[in-house]
Amino acid sequence: MNLELSHFSAALLFALFASIVFGITQRNTAKEMLRYGAYCFALFIGGVILAGWVMWLIKH
Amino acid sequence: MAGKSNVQDVGQGNRAPAPVPFTAMAVVAPAVGWLVPGLGHLVQKRWTRGLLLLISVFAMFLLGMAMQGKVYSPNTGDILDILGFVGDIGAGGLYIVSKAMGWGQGAIFRATADYGTKYIVVAGLLNIICAVDAYHIALGKKR
Repeated sequence: MNLELSHFSAALLFALFASIVFGITQRNTAKEMLRYGAYCFALFIGGVILAGWVMWLIKH
Repeated sequence: MAGKSNVQDVGQGNRAPAPVPFTAMAVVAPAVGWLVPGLGHLVQKRWTRGLLLLISVFAMFLLGMAMQGKVYSPNTGDILDILGFVGDIGAGGLYIVSKAMGWGQGAIFRATADYGTKYIVVAGLLNIICAVDAYHIALGKKR
């Protein structure tokens, strides 16, 4: 099997699975887990978009 | 009255936490959690958490394999390879099976294969976090 993902989809899947693990392991209640997981996911994706724009600015 | 109750509050706040009993589960849960991702939670009847952790770590490891990622070996002598191995070995049974089957041994010549290598390393590191969490649940530090 040979899977070809784009940069963004690879980062998206990475953020999703890492956020699930962070949310479950770093908080105590289900509600806190969900909130922290969503927070981590937003930070991951925000970081990816920010890094993308920084690279675009460096290139131009 | 108010002064007295304040003194009592401060006294309770300074009290050392009660010692946590060390049970067999505190050894078994992280061990099986390391061998099979999420199993440390499943043996403690944390079904939803265990399944989500199992799916997440398995998915990351298998996606890394599908992207032709590299599985590191222990004795290459290169410091970066050793660090990669430390990450990979965290995946426990997944790492053992992949080495036994000879998966992840090909040369990396595409960007996605490099992503795959990182997926595999991070799957191992996340599994270590899961095993530590299972240990904390077994000790009663976490519900």
